[in-house]
Amino acid sequence: MTSPSLLAATANVLRRDLTVAWRRSADVLTPLVFFAIVTSLFPLGVGPEPSLLRTLAPGVLWVAALLSVMLALNRMFANDYADGTLELLALSPHPLSLLVLSKVAAHWVLTGLPLVLISPLLAVQLNLPSEAMGALLLSLLLGTPVLSLIGAVGAALTLGLRGGGVLVSLLVLPLYTPVLIFGAGSVAQAAAGAEIEAYISLLAAFLALTLTFAPWAAAAALRVSLD
Amino acid sequence: MVEIYILIGMHKYASPKTFYPLAGTLIPWLAGATVLLLALGLYLGLFVAPPDYQQGETVRIMFIHVPAAWMSMFVYAVMAAAGAAALVWNVKLMETLASACAPIGASFTLLALITGSLWGKPMWGAWWVWDARLTSELILFFLYIGVMALRASIDDPRRAARAAAILALVGVVNIPVIHFSVEWWNTLHQPASVGRMGKPTIHLSILMPLLTMAVAFTFYFLTAALLRMRNEILEREKHTSWVQELVESRR
Amino acid sequence: MNWAEFFSMGGYALYVWSSYAAAAVVLLLNIALPLRRRDAVLNALREFYRLKGRSR
Repeated sequence: MTSPSLLAATANVLRRDLTVAWRRSADVLTPLVFFAIVTSLFPLGVGPEPSLLRTLAPGVLWVAALLSVMLALNRMFANDYADGTLELLALSPHPLSLLVLSKVAAHWVLTGLPLVLISPLLAVQLNLPSEAMGALLLSLLLGTPVLSLIGAVGAALTLGLRGGGVLVSLLVLPLYTPVLIFGAGSVAQAAAGAEIEAYISLLAAFLALTLTFAPWAAAAALRVSLD
Repeated sequence: MVEIYILIGMHKYASPKTFYPLAGTLIPWLAGATVLLLALGLYLGLFVAPPDYQQGETVRIMFIHVPAAWMSMFVYAVMAAAGAAALVWNVKLMETLASACAPIGASFTLLALITGSLWGKPMWGAWWVWDARLTSELILFFLYIGVMALRASIDDPRRAARAAAILALVGVVNIPVIHFSVEWWNTLHQPASVGRMGKPTIHLSILMPLLTMAVAFTFYFLTAALLRMRNEILEREKHTSWVQELVESRR
Repeated sequence: MNWAEFFSMGGYALYVWSSYAAAAVVLLLNIALPLRRRDAVLNALREFYRLKGRSR
Protein backbone atom coordinates (compact mmCIF):
# COMPACT_ATOMS: atom_id res chain seq x y z
CA MET A 1 0.00 0.00 0.00
CA THR A 2 1.39 3.37 -0.89
CA SER A 3 0.88 6.11 1.64
CA PRO A 4 -1.05 9.17 0.47
CA SER A 5 0.77 12.42 -0.16
CA LEU A 6 1.07 14.93 2.65
CA LEU A 7 -1.66 17.11 1.25
CA ALA A 8 -4.00 14.16 0.80
CA ALA A 9 -3.23 12.93 4.30
CA THR A 10 -4.02 16.24 5.96
CA ALA A 11 -7.15 16.62 3.85
CA ASN A 12 -8.22 13.11 4.85
CA VAL A 13 -7.82 13.88 8.55
CA LEU A 14 -9.80 17.07 8.17
CA ARG A 15 -12.57 15.43 6.15
CA ARG A 16 -12.81 12.50 8.55
CA ASP A 17 -13.12 14.74 11.61
CA LEU A 18 -15.79 16.84 9.94
CA THR A 19 -17.77 13.78 8.82
CA VAL A 20 -17.67 12.21 12.27
CA ALA A 21 -18.82 15.48 13.82
CA TRP A 22 -21.60 15.82 11.25
CA ARG A 23 -22.98 12.45 12.31
CA ARG A 24 -22.87 13.53 15.95
CA SER A 25 -24.23 17.02 15.52
CA ALA A 26 -25.07 17.29 19.23
CA ASP A 27 -21.34 17.60 19.85
CA VAL A 28 -21.20 20.70 17.67
CA LEU A 29 -24.28 22.26 19.22
CA THR A 30 -23.29 21.84 22.88
CA PRO A 31 -20.55 24.54 22.99
CA LEU A 32 -22.75 26.89 21.00
CA VAL A 33 -25.67 26.49 23.37
CA PHE A 34 -23.24 26.88 26.25
CA PHE A 35 -22.01 30.15 24.73
CA ALA A 36 -25.59 31.42 24.42
CA ILE A 37 -26.56 30.37 27.95
CA VAL A 38 -23.50 31.87 29.63
CA THR A 39 -23.94 35.24 27.93
CA SER A 40 -27.66 35.21 28.76
CA LEU A 41 -26.91 34.53 32.42
CA PHE A 42 -24.97 37.77 32.84
CA PRO A 43 -27.94 40.15 32.53
CA LEU A 44 -29.72 37.93 35.06
CA GLY A 45 -26.74 38.23 37.38
CA VAL A 46 -25.89 41.92 37.07
CA GLY A 47 -29.28 43.37 36.14
CA PRO A 48 -30.76 44.52 32.83
CA GLU A 49 -29.37 48.09 32.94
CA PRO A 50 -28.48 48.72 29.23
CA SER A 51 -25.46 50.95 29.85
CA LEU A 52 -23.97 48.46 32.32
CA LEU A 53 -24.49 45.61 29.86
CA ARG A 54 -22.89 47.68 27.12
CA THR A 55 -19.69 48.11 29.14
CA LEU A 56 -19.64 44.46 30.14
CA ALA A 57 -20.48 43.08 26.70
CA PRO A 58 -16.96 42.80 25.17
CA GLY A 59 -15.57 41.01 28.22
CA VAL A 60 -18.59 38.78 28.69
CA LEU A 61 -18.69 37.71 25.05
CA TRP A 62 -14.97 37.00 24.98
CA VAL A 63 -14.85 35.11 28.27
CA ALA A 64 -17.87 33.06 27.21
CA ALA A 65 -16.22 32.29 23.86
CA LEU A 66 -13.06 31.23 25.66
CA LEU A 67 -14.96 28.88 27.96
CA SER A 68 -16.99 27.39 25.10
CA VAL A 69 -13.88 26.59 23.08
CA MET A 70 -12.30 25.06 26.16
CA LEU A 71 -15.39 22.95 26.79
CA ALA A 72 -14.95 21.30 23.40
CA LEU A 73 -11.19 20.67 23.71
CA ASN A 74 -11.43 17.17 25.10
CA ARG A 75 -13.17 16.07 21.94
CA MET A 76 -10.21 17.01 19.78
CA PHE A 77 -8.24 13.82 20.33
CA ALA A 78 -10.30 11.70 22.75
CA ASN A 79 -12.23 9.59 20.21
CA ASP A 80 -9.19 8.96 18.04
CA TYR A 81 -7.24 8.02 21.13
CA ALA A 82 -9.92 5.59 22.27
CA ASP A 83 -10.20 3.74 18.96
CA GLY A 84 -6.48 3.69 18.16
CA THR A 85 -6.64 6.03 15.15
CA LEU A 86 -4.24 8.38 16.88
CA GLU A 87 -1.52 5.74 17.10
CA LEU A 88 -1.88 5.08 13.39
CA LEU A 89 -1.53 8.79 12.70
CA ALA A 90 1.61 8.89 14.85
CA LEU A 91 3.04 6.02 12.79
CA SER A 92 2.36 7.73 9.48
CA PRO A 93 5.37 8.92 7.47
CA HIS A 94 4.05 12.50 7.49
CA PRO A 95 4.97 14.95 10.20
CA LEU A 96 2.55 14.52 13.08
CA SER A 97 2.47 18.28 13.63
CA LEU A 98 0.80 18.84 10.26
CA LEU A 99 -1.76 16.12 10.90
CA VAL A 100 -2.42 17.76 14.28
CA LEU A 101 -2.85 21.05 12.45
CA SER A 102 -5.64 19.61 10.35
CA LYS A 103 -7.32 18.21 13.45
CA VAL A 104 -7.11 21.69 14.98
CA ALA A 105 -8.58 23.14 11.80
CA ALA A 106 -11.48 20.70 12.06
CA HIS A 107 -11.96 21.63 15.70
CA TRP A 108 -12.05 25.31 14.82
CA VAL A 109 -14.54 24.82 11.99
CA LEU A 110 -16.78 22.92 14.41
CA THR A 111 -16.53 25.22 17.45
CA GLY A 112 -14.74 28.52 16.77
CA LEU A 113 -16.44 29.38 13.50
CA PRO A 114 -20.01 28.77 14.73
CA LEU A 115 -19.23 30.93 17.76
CA VAL A 116 -18.09 33.75 15.50
CA LEU A 117 -21.26 33.43 13.45
CA ILE A 118 -23.73 33.60 16.33
CA SER A 119 -21.78 36.21 18.34
CA PRO A 120 -23.55 39.26 16.75
CA LEU A 121 -26.87 37.86 17.92
CA LEU A 122 -25.69 37.63 21.51
CA ALA A 123 -23.96 41.00 21.21
CA VAL A 124 -27.30 42.62 20.34
CA GLN A 125 -28.77 40.99 23.42
CA LEU A 126 -26.06 42.68 25.49
CA ASN A 127 -26.59 46.08 23.89
CA LEU A 128 -23.22 46.21 22.19
CA PRO A 129 -23.27 49.25 19.86
CA SER A 130 -23.36 48.34 16.17
CA GLU A 131 -20.02 50.13 15.53
CA ALA A 132 -18.35 47.38 17.56
CA MET A 133 -19.87 44.46 15.61
CA GLY A 134 -17.11 44.49 13.03
CA ALA A 135 -14.44 44.42 15.73
CA LEU A 136 -16.24 41.59 17.51
CA LEU A 137 -16.42 39.46 14.37
CA LEU A 138 -12.87 40.22 13.30
CA SER A 139 -11.32 39.71 16.74
CA LEU A 140 -13.16 36.42 17.25
CA LEU A 141 -12.23 35.30 13.75
CA LEU A 142 -8.55 35.86 14.52
CA GLY A 143 -8.67 34.88 18.19
CA THR A 144 -10.66 31.64 18.24
CA PRO A 145 -8.11 29.76 16.06
CA VAL A 146 -5.47 30.75 18.62
CA LEU A 147 -7.67 29.29 21.35
CA SER A 148 -8.02 26.03 19.40
CA LEU A 149 -4.28 25.86 18.73
CA ILE A 150 -3.20 26.44 22.33
CA GLY A 151 -6.01 24.17 23.44
CA ALA A 152 -4.62 21.39 21.26
CA VAL A 153 -1.46 21.33 23.38
CA GLY A 154 -3.53 21.09 26.56
CA ALA A 155 -5.78 18.40 25.10
CA ALA A 156 -2.76 16.39 23.93
CA LEU A 157 -1.06 16.61 27.33
CA THR A 158 -4.13 15.47 29.25
CA LEU A 159 -5.07 12.65 26.88
CA GLY A 160 -6.43 9.67 28.79
CA LEU A 161 -5.78 11.19 32.23
CA ARG A 162 -8.24 11.00 35.08
CA GLY A 163 -10.05 14.31 35.52
CA GLY A 164 -8.85 15.38 32.08
CA GLY A 165 -11.68 17.85 31.58
CA VAL A 166 -10.96 20.02 34.60
CA LEU A 167 -7.23 19.58 34.23
CA VAL A 168 -7.20 20.90 30.66
CA SER A 169 -8.86 24.11 31.85
CA LEU A 170 -6.15 24.60 34.47
CA LEU A 171 -3.43 24.20 31.86
CA VAL A 172 -4.99 26.23 29.10
CA LEU A 173 -6.88 29.14 30.65
CA PRO A 174 -3.83 31.03 31.97
CA LEU A 175 -2.32 30.80 28.48
CA TYR A 176 -5.48 32.32 27.01
CA THR A 177 -5.04 35.66 28.82
CA PRO A 178 -3.26 37.58 26.02
CA VAL A 179 -5.96 36.64 23.50
CA LEU A 180 -8.65 37.64 25.97
CA ILE A 181 -7.00 40.99 26.70
CA PHE A 182 -6.60 41.97 23.07
CA GLY A 183 -9.81 40.35 21.85
CA ALA A 184 -12.06 42.01 24.41
CA GLY A 185 -9.90 45.13 24.28
CA SER A 186 -10.47 45.59 20.55
CA VAL A 187 -14.24 45.31 20.95
CA ALA A 188 -14.27 47.78 23.84
CA GLN A 189 -12.13 50.21 21.84
CA ALA A 190 -14.42 49.95 18.84
CA ALA A 191 -17.44 50.51 21.06
CA ALA A 192 -15.77 53.67 22.35
CA GLY A 193 -15.16 54.77 18.77
CA ALA A 194 -11.39 54.37 18.96
CA GLU A 195 -8.92 52.90 16.47
CA ILE A 196 -8.47 49.12 16.77
CA GLU A 197 -5.73 48.48 14.24
CA ALA A 198 -3.07 47.82 16.90
CA TYR A 199 -5.29 45.23 18.60
CA ILE A 200 -6.11 43.43 15.40
CA SER A 201 -2.47 43.33 14.30
CA LEU A 202 -1.46 41.91 17.66
CA LEU A 203 -4.16 39.25 17.45
CA ALA A 204 -2.93 38.40 13.96
CA ALA A 205 0.62 38.19 15.33
CA PHE A 206 -0.54 35.79 18.07
CA LEU A 207 -2.22 33.68 15.42
CA ALA A 208 0.97 33.55 13.33
CA LEU A 209 3.03 32.71 16.41
CA THR A 210 0.75 29.93 17.63
CA LEU A 211 0.36 28.56 14.08
CA THR A 212 4.12 27.98 13.98
CA PHE A 213 4.66 26.65 17.50
CA ALA A 214 1.47 25.05 18.80
CA PRO A 215 1.11 22.16 16.29
CA TRP A 216 4.66 21.19 16.98
CA ALA A 217 4.22 21.30 20.77
CA ALA A 218 0.93 19.43 20.50
CA ALA A 219 2.57 16.72 18.38
CA ALA A 220 5.36 16.35 20.97
CA ALA A 221 2.73 16.15 23.71
CA LEU A 222 0.80 13.49 21.77
CA ARG A 223 3.95 11.39 21.43
CA VAL A 224 4.47 11.60 25.20
CA SER A 225 0.85 10.62 25.85
CA LEU A 226 0.96 7.73 23.37
CA ASP A 227 4.20 6.28 24.72
CA MET B 1 38.79 16.35 22.81
CA VAL B 2 38.18 18.64 25.76
CA GLU B 3 34.48 18.62 24.98
CA ILE B 4 34.43 14.86 25.27
CA TYR B 5 36.02 15.00 28.70
CA ILE B 6 33.53 17.62 29.80
CA LEU B 7 30.70 15.49 28.50
CA ILE B 8 32.01 12.42 30.29
CA GLY B 9 32.47 14.48 33.43
CA MET B 10 28.96 15.84 33.21
CA HIS B 11 27.59 12.41 32.63
CA LYS B 12 29.30 11.16 35.74
CA TYR B 13 27.69 13.87 37.88
CA ALA B 14 24.43 13.53 36.02
CA SER B 15 24.14 9.92 37.13
CA PRO B 16 21.84 9.70 40.17
CA LYS B 17 24.31 7.45 41.97
CA THR B 18 27.07 10.09 41.94
CA PHE B 19 24.74 13.02 42.32
CA TYR B 20 23.01 11.75 45.44
CA PRO B 21 26.05 11.88 47.78
CA LEU B 22 27.35 15.03 46.07
CA ALA B 23 24.06 16.76 46.84
CA GLY B 24 24.30 15.42 50.38
CA THR B 25 27.65 17.13 50.95
CA LEU B 26 26.52 20.35 49.24
CA ILE B 27 23.30 20.80 51.21
CA PRO B 28 24.86 21.85 54.59
CA TRP B 29 27.11 24.40 52.86
CA LEU B 30 24.27 25.86 50.82
CA ALA B 31 22.03 25.94 53.88
CA GLY B 32 24.76 27.72 55.86
CA ALA B 33 25.25 30.30 53.11
CA THR B 34 21.47 30.82 52.98
CA VAL B 35 21.26 31.47 56.72
CA LEU B 36 24.20 33.92 56.67
CA LEU B 37 22.87 35.83 53.67
CA LEU B 38 19.36 35.95 55.10
CA ALA B 39 20.73 37.34 58.35
CA LEU B 40 22.71 39.98 56.48
CA GLY B 41 19.74 40.82 54.25
CA LEU B 42 17.40 41.17 57.25
CA TYR B 43 19.92 43.38 59.03
CA LEU B 44 20.36 45.62 55.99
CA GLY B 45 16.65 45.69 55.27
CA LEU B 46 15.29 46.21 58.77
CA PHE B 47 18.00 48.28 60.45
CA VAL B 48 20.18 49.98 57.85
CA ALA B 49 17.73 50.96 55.09
CA PRO B 50 15.93 54.22 55.92
CA PRO B 51 12.14 54.50 55.61
CA ASP B 52 11.06 55.71 52.19
CA TYR B 53 9.91 59.34 52.01
CA GLN B 54 6.68 58.30 50.27
CA GLN B 55 6.02 54.72 51.35
CA GLY B 56 7.38 55.07 54.89
CA GLU B 57 8.27 51.83 56.66
CA THR B 58 6.20 49.75 54.21
CA VAL B 59 9.15 49.93 51.85
CA ARG B 60 10.60 47.09 53.94
CA ILE B 61 7.95 44.77 52.48
CA MET B 62 9.79 45.23 49.17
CA PHE B 63 12.80 43.37 50.54
CA ILE B 64 10.65 40.24 50.60
CA HIS B 65 8.28 41.02 47.75
CA VAL B 66 10.73 41.97 44.99
CA PRO B 67 13.21 39.09 45.51
CA ALA B 68 10.29 36.65 45.78
CA ALA B 69 8.89 37.95 42.49
CA TRP B 70 12.32 37.67 40.85
CA MET B 71 12.69 34.13 42.13
CA SER B 72 9.23 33.15 40.90
CA MET B 73 10.35 33.94 37.36
CA PHE B 74 13.90 32.63 37.72
CA VAL B 75 12.69 29.27 39.08
CA TYR B 76 10.20 28.95 36.23
CA ALA B 77 13.02 29.54 33.76
CA VAL B 78 15.18 26.92 35.52
CA MET B 79 12.26 24.50 35.44
CA ALA B 80 11.71 25.03 31.72
CA ALA B 81 15.44 24.75 30.94
CA ALA B 82 15.75 21.56 33.01
CA GLY B 83 12.65 20.22 31.29
CA ALA B 84 14.13 21.00 27.86
CA ALA B 85 17.40 19.29 28.79
CA ALA B 86 15.45 16.27 30.02
CA LEU B 87 13.45 16.09 26.77
CA VAL B 88 16.40 16.57 24.43
CA TRP B 89 19.17 14.61 26.13
CA ASN B 90 17.00 12.30 28.16
CA VAL B 91 18.79 13.09 31.42
CA LYS B 92 16.92 11.67 34.41
CA LEU B 93 18.60 14.09 36.79
CA MET B 94 17.14 17.04 34.89
CA GLU B 95 13.68 15.49 35.25
CA THR B 96 14.08 15.44 39.01
CA LEU B 97 15.37 19.03 38.97
CA ALA B 98 12.36 20.22 36.98
CA SER B 99 10.01 18.41 39.31
CA ALA B 100 11.71 19.94 42.38
CA CYS B 101 11.38 23.44 40.89
CA ALA B 102 7.58 23.49 40.58
CA PRO B 103 6.54 23.56 44.26
CA ILE B 104 9.39 25.88 45.27
CA GLY B 105 8.65 28.32 42.45
CA ALA B 106 4.94 28.20 43.21
CA SER B 107 5.61 29.08 46.84
CA PHE B 108 7.82 32.03 45.87
CA THR B 109 5.00 33.21 43.60
CA LEU B 110 2.51 32.84 46.42
CA LEU B 111 4.84 34.79 48.71
CA ALA B 112 5.11 37.57 46.12
CA LEU B 113 1.30 37.69 45.91
CA ILE B 114 0.79 37.75 49.69
CA THR B 115 3.41 40.45 50.27
CA GLY B 116 2.13 42.44 47.30
CA SER B 117 -1.30 42.41 48.84
CA LEU B 118 0.09 43.35 52.27
CA TRP B 119 1.93 46.27 50.67
CA GLY B 120 -1.13 47.26 48.67
CA LYS B 121 -3.50 47.64 51.61
CA PRO B 122 -1.73 50.62 53.24
CA MET B 123 -0.55 52.09 49.91
CA TRP B 124 -3.63 51.65 47.72
CA GLY B 125 -6.21 51.18 50.46
CA ALA B 126 -7.23 47.79 49.06
CA TRP B 127 -5.98 44.24 49.55
CA TRP B 128 -6.01 43.61 45.86
CA VAL B 129 -5.56 46.03 42.99
CA TRP B 130 -5.22 44.85 39.41
CA ASP B 131 -1.71 46.17 39.19
CA ALA B 132 0.24 44.93 36.17
CA ARG B 133 2.91 43.14 38.19
CA LEU B 134 0.50 41.55 40.64
CA THR B 135 -1.69 40.37 37.77
CA SER B 136 1.26 38.86 35.91
CA GLU B 137 2.35 37.20 39.13
CA LEU B 138 -1.15 35.77 39.61
CA ILE B 139 -1.13 34.27 36.12
CA LEU B 140 2.34 32.87 36.76
CA PHE B 141 0.95 31.25 39.89
CA PHE B 142 -1.79 29.63 37.77
CA LEU B 143 0.88 28.38 35.34
CA TYR B 144 2.77 26.75 38.21
CA ILE B 145 -0.43 25.17 39.50
CA GLY B 146 -1.07 23.78 36.02
CA VAL B 147 2.37 22.16 35.85
CA MET B 148 1.95 20.66 39.32
CA ALA B 149 -1.58 19.42 38.60
CA LEU B 150 -0.48 17.80 35.34
CA ARG B 151 2.43 16.09 37.05
CA ALA B 152 0.22 14.89 39.90
CA SER B 153 -2.33 13.31 37.57
CA ILE B 154 0.20 11.13 35.73
CA ASP B 155 1.43 8.06 37.60
CA ASP B 156 4.39 7.08 35.44
CA PRO B 157 7.29 9.36 36.50
CA ARG B 158 8.84 9.41 33.01
CA ARG B 159 5.65 10.43 31.28
CA ALA B 160 4.84 12.93 34.03
CA ALA B 161 8.25 14.56 33.68
CA ARG B 162 8.05 14.82 29.90
CA ALA B 163 4.49 16.15 29.86
CA ALA B 164 5.35 18.72 32.54
CA ALA B 165 8.46 19.73 30.59
CA ILE B 166 6.40 20.43 27.44
CA LEU B 167 3.90 22.46 29.44
CA ALA B 168 6.68 24.43 31.15
CA LEU B 169 8.26 25.21 27.78
CA VAL B 170 4.93 26.37 26.36
CA GLY B 171 4.58 28.51 29.48
CA VAL B 172 8.03 30.01 29.18
CA VAL B 173 7.33 31.09 25.60
CA ASN B 174 4.07 32.62 26.76
CA ILE B 175 5.28 34.45 29.86
CA PRO B 176 6.75 37.45 27.96
CA VAL B 177 3.59 37.67 25.85
CA ILE B 178 1.38 37.49 28.95
CA HIS B 179 3.53 40.09 30.68
CA PHE B 180 3.34 42.44 27.72
CA SER B 181 -0.42 41.97 27.37
CA VAL B 182 -1.05 42.64 31.03
CA GLU B 183 1.13 45.78 30.92
CA TRP B 184 -0.84 47.04 27.93
CA TRP B 185 -4.18 46.22 29.54
CA ASN B 186 -3.06 47.90 32.74
CA THR B 187 -1.96 51.18 31.22
CA LEU B 188 -5.27 51.29 29.42
CA HIS B 189 -7.48 50.72 32.44
CA GLN B 190 -5.41 52.08 35.29
CA PRO B 191 -6.80 55.29 36.74
CA ALA B 192 -3.95 57.77 37.03
CA SER B 193 -4.37 58.23 40.78
CA VAL B 194 -3.26 54.69 41.58
CA GLY B 195 0.49 54.62 41.97
CA ARG B 196 2.48 51.88 40.33
CA MET B 197 3.89 49.21 42.51
CA GLY B 198 7.56 48.98 43.40
CA LYS B 199 9.98 51.13 41.43
CA PRO B 200 11.20 53.08 44.43
CA THR B 201 14.03 55.42 43.52
CA ILE B 202 16.76 52.83 43.73
CA HIS B 203 19.08 54.15 46.36
CA LEU B 204 22.08 52.10 47.43
CA SER B 205 20.61 51.57 50.91
CA ILE B 206 17.55 50.03 49.23
CA LEU B 207 19.43 48.17 46.52
CA MET B 208 21.83 46.39 48.88
CA PRO B 209 19.18 44.59 50.99
CA LEU B 210 17.22 43.79 47.79
CA LEU B 211 20.23 42.15 46.16
CA THR B 212 21.32 40.40 49.35
CA MET B 213 17.87 38.92 49.83
CA ALA B 214 17.76 37.90 46.17
CA VAL B 215 21.08 36.03 46.52
CA ALA B 216 19.90 34.51 49.82
CA PHE B 217 16.71 33.30 48.12
CA THR B 218 18.78 31.81 45.31
CA PHE B 219 20.89 29.81 47.75
CA TYR B 220 17.72 28.85 49.57
CA PHE B 221 16.22 27.62 46.30
CA LEU B 222 19.30 25.48 45.61
CA THR B 223 19.12 23.97 49.10
CA ALA B 224 15.42 23.20 48.90
CA ALA B 225 15.73 21.85 45.36
CA LEU B 226 18.55 19.48 46.29
CA LEU B 227 16.53 18.19 49.26
CA ARG B 228 13.58 17.43 47.00
CA MET B 229 15.78 15.95 44.27
CA ARG B 230 17.38 13.54 46.73
CA ASN B 231 13.97 12.28 47.83
CA GLU B 232 12.85 11.74 44.29
CA ILE B 233 16.09 9.99 43.34
CA LEU B 234 15.65 7.52 46.22
CA GLU B 235 12.12 6.72 45.11
CA ARG B 236 12.87 6.43 41.43
CA GLU B 237 16.05 4.39 41.86
CA LYS B 238 14.69 2.00 44.45
CA HIS B 239 15.34 -0.99 42.21
CA THR B 240 19.09 -0.31 42.10
CA SER B 241 21.47 -1.96 44.50
CA TRP B 242 23.09 1.30 45.64
CA VAL B 243 19.84 2.66 46.99
CA GLN B 244 19.13 -0.63 48.74
CA GLU B 245 22.58 -0.61 50.34
CA LEU B 246 22.18 3.02 51.33
CA VAL B 247 18.77 2.47 52.92
CA GLU B 248 19.82 -0.70 54.72
CA SER B 249 23.02 0.87 56.07
CA ARG B 250 20.98 3.61 57.75
CA ARG B 251 19.27 1.73 60.54
CA MET C 1 17.63 52.42 69.33
CA ASN C 2 14.08 52.24 70.60
CA TRP C 3 12.68 48.72 70.20
CA ALA C 4 9.03 49.66 70.64
CA GLU C 5 9.42 52.15 67.82
CA PHE C 6 11.19 49.53 65.72
CA PHE C 7 8.39 47.01 66.17
CA SER C 8 5.67 49.55 65.46
CA MET C 9 7.15 50.20 61.97
CA GLY C 10 5.74 53.68 61.84
CA GLY C 11 2.22 52.34 62.35
CA TYR C 12 2.53 49.76 59.59
CA ALA C 13 3.51 46.91 61.95
CA LEU C 14 0.67 44.64 60.83
CA TYR C 15 1.62 44.83 57.14
CA VAL C 16 5.40 44.72 57.52
CA TRP C 17 5.55 41.95 60.09
CA SER C 18 2.88 39.87 58.36
CA SER C 19 5.04 39.98 55.23
CA TYR C 20 8.11 38.79 57.09
CA ALA C 21 6.05 36.14 58.88
CA ALA C 22 4.65 34.90 55.57
CA ALA C 23 8.19 34.69 54.21
CA ALA C 24 9.32 32.75 57.29
CA VAL C 25 6.44 30.29 56.97
CA VAL C 26 7.05 29.71 53.25
CA LEU C 27 10.81 29.30 53.66
CA LEU C 28 10.49 26.93 56.63
CA LEU C 29 7.77 24.80 55.05
CA ASN C 30 9.81 24.25 51.89
CA ILE C 31 12.59 22.80 54.03
CA ALA C 32 10.46 20.98 56.60
CA LEU C 33 8.22 19.19 54.10
CA PRO C 34 11.05 17.58 52.08
CA LEU C 35 12.79 16.56 55.31
CA ARG C 36 9.63 14.90 56.59
CA ARG C 37 9.12 13.30 53.21
CA ARG C 38 12.66 11.97 53.36
CA ASP C 39 11.86 10.05 56.55
CA ALA C 40 8.69 8.71 54.98
CA VAL C 41 10.57 7.61 51.84
CA LEU C 42 13.31 5.92 53.84
CA ASN C 43 10.77 4.05 55.96
CA ALA C 44 8.79 2.98 52.92
CA LEU C 45 11.92 1.78 51.15
CA ARG C 46 13.10 -0.14 54.23
CA GLU C 47 9.76 -1.93 54.29
CA PHE C 48 9.98 -2.50 50.54
CA TYR C 49 13.40 -4.18 50.78
CA ARG C 50 12.32 -6.23 53.81
CA LEU C 51 9.35 -7.65 51.90
CA LYS C 52 11.46 -8.17 48.80
CA GLY C 53 14.10 -10.04 50.85
CA ARG C 54 11.48 -12.26 52.41
CA SER C 55 9.84 -13.22 49.12
CA ARG C 56 13.14 -14.48 47.77
